[in-house]
Amino acid sequence: MLIIDCPYCGPRPELEFAHGGQAHVVRPADPSKSSDDEWTEYLYLRLNTRGVYAERWRHARGCGRFFNALRDTTTDHFLATYRAGERPPTVAAPRSAP
Amino acid sequence: MSGLRTPAGGRVDRGRPLRFTFDGRAYTGFAGDTLASALLAHGVHLVGRSFKYHRPRGIVAAGSEEPNALVTVARDAARRTPNVRATQVELYDGLVAESQNRWPNLSFDVGAINNLLSPLIPAGFYNKTFMWPRKAWFALYEPQIRAAAGFGVAPAHADPDRYAQRFAHCDVLVVGAGPAGLAAALTAAAAGARVLLCDEQAEFGGALLDEHDAVIDGAPVAAWLAATVATLRTNPRVTLLPRTTAFGYFPHNNIGLAERVTDHLADPTPTQPRERLWQVRAREVVLAAGAIERPLVFPGNDRPGVMLASAARSYLHRYGVKVGTRAVVAAGCDAAFQAAVELAAAGVTIAVIADVRAPGSPPGPAEAAARAAGLAIEASATVLGASGRLRVAGVTLGRVGTDGSVTPGARHACDVLLMSGGYTPSVHLHSQSRGKLAFDETLGAFVPGAAAERTRSAGLARGAHGLATALDDGAAAGLAAAAASGHRGDSGPRHAVRALDGGVAGRAGALPQPAGPLPPAKAFVDFQHDVTTRDLALARREGFEAIEHIKRYTTTGMATDQGKTSGLNALGYVADESARAIPDVGLTTFRMPYTPVTFGLFAGVARGDLFDPVRRTPSHDWASARGAVFEDVGMWKRARFFPATGEDLHAAVDRECLAVRHRVGMFDASTLGKIEVVGKDAATFLNRLYVNNWANLGINRSRYGILLRDDGFVYDDGVIARLADDRFHVTTTTGGAARVFAMMEDYIQTEWTDLSVWITSTTEQWAVVAVQGPRARDVLAKLVTDVDLAPAALPHMAVARGRICGVPMLLFRVSFSGELGFEVNVAADYGAEVWAAIHAAGQEHGITPYGTEAMHVLRAEKGYIIVGQDTDGTMTPDDAAVAWAIGKTKPDFVGKRSLERATMKAAGRKQLVGLETVDPGIVLEEGAQVVAAPGQTPPMKMIGHVTSSYHSASLGRSIALGVVAGGRARLGETLYVPMPAGDIAVKVVGPVFYDREGARLNG
Amino acid sequence: MAESLKRTPPRVAAHRWLEPLPAATRFSLRGGPAARAAASRAFGVELPEQACRAATAGGRAALWLGPDEQLLIAPEVDAAAASGALGAALADIPHALVDISHRQVALGLEGPHAVWLLAHGCPLDLDLAQFPVGMCTRTVYLKAEVLLWRTAEDRVRIEVWRSFADYVVAQLEETALELPA
Ligand SMILES: [Zn+2]
Repeated sequence: MLIIDCPYCGPRPELEFAHGGQAHVVRPADPSKSSDDEWTEYLYLRLNTRGVYAERWRHARGCGRFFNALRDTTTDHFLATYRAGERPPTVAAPRSAP
Repeated sequence: MSGLRTPAGGRVDRGRPLRFTFDGRAYTGFAGDTLASALLAHGVHLVGRSFKYHRPRGIVAAGSEEPNALVTVARDAARRTPNVRATQVELYDGLVAESQNRWPNLSFDVGAINNLLSPLIPAGFYNKTFMWPRKAWFALYEPQIRAAAGFGVAPAHADPDRYAQRFAHCDVLVVGAGPAGLAAALTAAAAGARVLLCDEQAEFGGALLDEHDAVIDGAPVAAWLAATVATLRTNPRVTLLPRTTAFGYFPHNNIGLAERVTDHLADPTPTQPRERLWQVRAREVVLAAGAIERPLVFPGNDRPGVMLASAARSYLHRYGVKVGTRAVVAAGCDAAFQAAVELAAAGVTIAVIADVRAPGSPPGPAEAAARAAGLAIEASATVLGASGRLRVAGVTLGRVGTDGSVTPGARHACDVLLMSGGYTPSVHLHSQSRGKLAFDETLGAFVPGAAAERTRSAGLARGAHGLATALDDGAAAGLAAAAASGHRGDSGPRHAVRALDGGVAGRAGALPQPAGPLPPAKAFVDFQHDVTTRDLALARREGFEAIEHIKRYTTTGMATDQGKTSGLNALGYVADESARAIPDVGLTTFRMPYTPVTFGLFAGVARGDLFDPVRRTPSHDWASARGAVFEDVGMWKRARFFPATGEDLHAAVDRECLAVRHRVGMFDASTLGKIEVVGKDAATFLNRLYVNNWANLGINRSRYGILLRDDGFVYDDGVIARLADDRFHVTTTTGGAARVFAMMEDYIQTEWTDLSVWITSTTEQWAVVAVQGPRARDVLAKLVTDVDLAPAALPHMAVARGRICGVPMLLFRVSFSGELGFEVNVAADYGAEVWAAIHAAGQEHGITPYGTEAMHVLRAEKGYIIVGQDTDGTMTPDDAAVAWAIGKTKPDFVGKRSLERATMKAAGRKQLVGLETVDPGIVLEEGAQVVAAPGQTPPMKMIGHVTSSYHSASLGRSIALGVVAGGRARLGETLYVPMPAGDIAVKVVGPVFYDREGARLNG
Repeated sequence: MAESLKRTPPRVAAHRWLEPLPAATRFSLRGGPAARAAASRAFGVELPEQACRAATAGGRAALWLGPDEQLLIAPEVDAAAASGALGAALADIPHALVDISHRQVALGLEGPHAVWLLAHGCPLDLDLAQFPVGMCTRTVYLKAEVLLWRTAEDRVRIEVWRSFADYVVAQLEETALELPA
């Protein structure tokens, strides 16, 4: 069970959170102007990163907020959490290399 | 007793004798004994049969690493625990234990024929032998193997014991209460840290419990230990957990502990849990798990009476038991000489000490002590074999020449053989935490390397041996852990120690044997899985070089002890045979649990009534008192039907449906999800989210809404009412309430942050009574005030606020039955009384409570879909025949773009249709497949399936909804539903079976 | 029919460590700082700006549940007065005010074992230093979502959706079997 640092409430147990998939996937402003390929990419194509991955979490059983996190998928260590709408912070390379 | 119990000494309470039985035979022991020590005090070494060859096996160790002595402890028929290690079973008065894996008894076991057949069952035997014919695997091989193999027998009854669980938090978790762990706990606690100290044994002390002559800070070791534990116990910020195994190390310093609360008690109280699962979150962890002595690998090393030298010391000093009368000591580590010296002092004859240490090993202090004691030592020795069937009777030694050649030596009679191959640090938890391991050439073993979590190892667990070193190392680790958790302290004075340190370095792999083929006698590497040197050699001959492959092929290290005693010996053997260094052979991964954990521990309280929340609506007690039959819908209990005396499901549902169609029925709709959407942009928000047009919905009007995901598939549905310009009351399906709420929050918070809108769940704020049927208005008219119920004032899909029974009410003119209908929403604390009042007021109209089953029939008669039953996550609104709900002029809504993709509009998609059986008496099975032509044999092309199917009392026939490829173009066609008894012919019809014009809604 | 009904909340068994708390008036207030400021004046409690903190005044309470979400609790008899005052004060400010008086029930966990009972199923660190008096938060208790509010060192108010109350109480009762008699 991970400890996740909610940008609003502080470090809390994973049991309170819901994972929200890859972060920074932008819904086209006018979907009618998207080609089928662009729309398919938005809907279905996701990264499968080995290393630092930006993902969404919601503090579902807490403050209810969605936010983003940088997690090293090889160690499960979080490098940063930040509020929805914010740009991902610059972080040092993860301490244990793959 | 047999004279094996020393006249005094040890930590057992000689004033408290205890009776117990083993395989039906009565024995006595003392409080403080384990089953193993009590049996050894009676000279009983033979305690089990091995897994594969059914070889007689004895007690090897004194702790949790014991590979052989697995027994069943039974309190009663339901409380039978198989596969517990006799070395960890604390004796209580009346304990009943049995050996395992033998028939008819331990001394004569029919399965031992496997030992004679062993040339036929080599490594990889399962993989090779039971391949073909394939069918025989299920019919013959697997049942036979399952009957012949395995450890112990699971009880046939449900476990009657309670299991508790607990979350705990600390600054410093110390695993292991030996010298290093105790020292760590002392310094961490002195620094002010919240400390949790756990140890798998009944008593704290670890290796200190086995010491006799050591002195710490001027006090005998036992006195120092008692004082130290007392110091920790009086500190309110320290939690002490004996009998508690740290079995798993999970990410972010989450450690699972298994506490055995009552297994050691003769008469546990029913309120005590048998075990407790601790989920500990520690800021810092100190792993002081000690080390495990390695057996030596030589022919016949599994004879009962062949045991670890450290175990012999433990039995002597801790339990006051001599493990035999005449011992041969095979010393692959200096520490074994200490065992010889101490056993000799206790009166055990030491026949000879065979110095089997690797050539060039430096002389050690324990060896010097043995020489000073005048014990016979044979240098440059090896062990060629051990004889004796049910108990070792003699040991044949050999001599290793400077060129490595081995010449046979003398046979020494004995009744125990004490062996030591050195010590393997217990790095299990460090490795589980994804920490790296490093091979220490001096120790000849792996030690913890770089940590991946906030953890540090101390003492023997990282190879820091010797009492003084372990105490220093533990103190430093405790101090550092406390500091890292924000509590600075000082280490205090160093402990003054007088103790012998025999070191931990030894050897791994097999002892040298004469050149040539392996001798016929087996040399066991893994006792618990019966893996021998021959098996490992075979695996190599067949081309397996990586230890991961050899492990899986031979199953070495894959038994319940996970190779605690065998892992490094297997590596050493493969390394020797392949002329590689041990680190080059590799290392298999350590997995949780450290020792086996009961299912009960994981289940905890989550069973029976406490398994899941049981959610009940305000009318539940009323319905229950009237004999309603409930069904589970998610966590909710919903009344399924209300049987009158003598009625079955079908009779009750027919009656309930007819009552709604002809008079009036009432139904509890409270479980529907409800979300209040408020803000000046509420309509805009719903417009973007739902397919419908909400901008033109008037205040106090409602509309059936469809929600898609952005992939275009139907996700949820429900009636949405506009209560004010900026306030909507959204209903969702019962099962969809939470996920629709989360989806709304997602779009509000992350996608459409320009909108001024908020949502609040009101599912449980409201109790909802659906009153449906031609007389519904007449019933409500008696109770409702402040609302004009006339059709003109409150038409279909209108909403009004007023009062019922004097309390505020939100009234919907809606129908999920196709009849004139209302849904009365009142605040939930009034729900029960309003329900009863409506029932009472409806008596003169024959009001009939109905359940979810009748509700389903009524809505299916009208072709109203249930999302999740008639849809399956791959259906568009058009597929589900609800495309009429889409707001045609909206530029966008969630899912709209996906509906434009070619495949979403392709011909031949499955579409919702009605299915009428040609024989009106046949009710189709939901989920049954639909095919185009009769008389086919599999495989046949399936073109659809039945989603809803009922008997309709109103129509006097069966009805069904289904999805069929190109269904709407097939109206009038006959299709077939193939069933085991034959094809059922069905006619494709429209999905509305009853009142196609919808006239009844507007009554 | 003018006669009004009395509220009948779900029955909760009393124990020496558990007091069922009376029915209350509750509002979910969602909105920004302006809404909180106006609500503070109208409700008579300074709505907390600090995360996971509660404030009380005159028998009323405001609990921070999220950056734009507050739970307002008042005695049952205050329902109309509080609703009217809040509605008037917030009329021109973007916000959502929703009556959730009946959505949840309140349990008063009390005594020296209050926190010990909760640790059976709540993964939060409930040590006084980590979860001080005045702290409140939504969290989980086994398979139920609950709101915990520490109102005194040995007192925790649990708010739980009404249909989950039976489950929470049953789990607490199971744990309490181990309490000394
Ligand atoms: Zn939060």
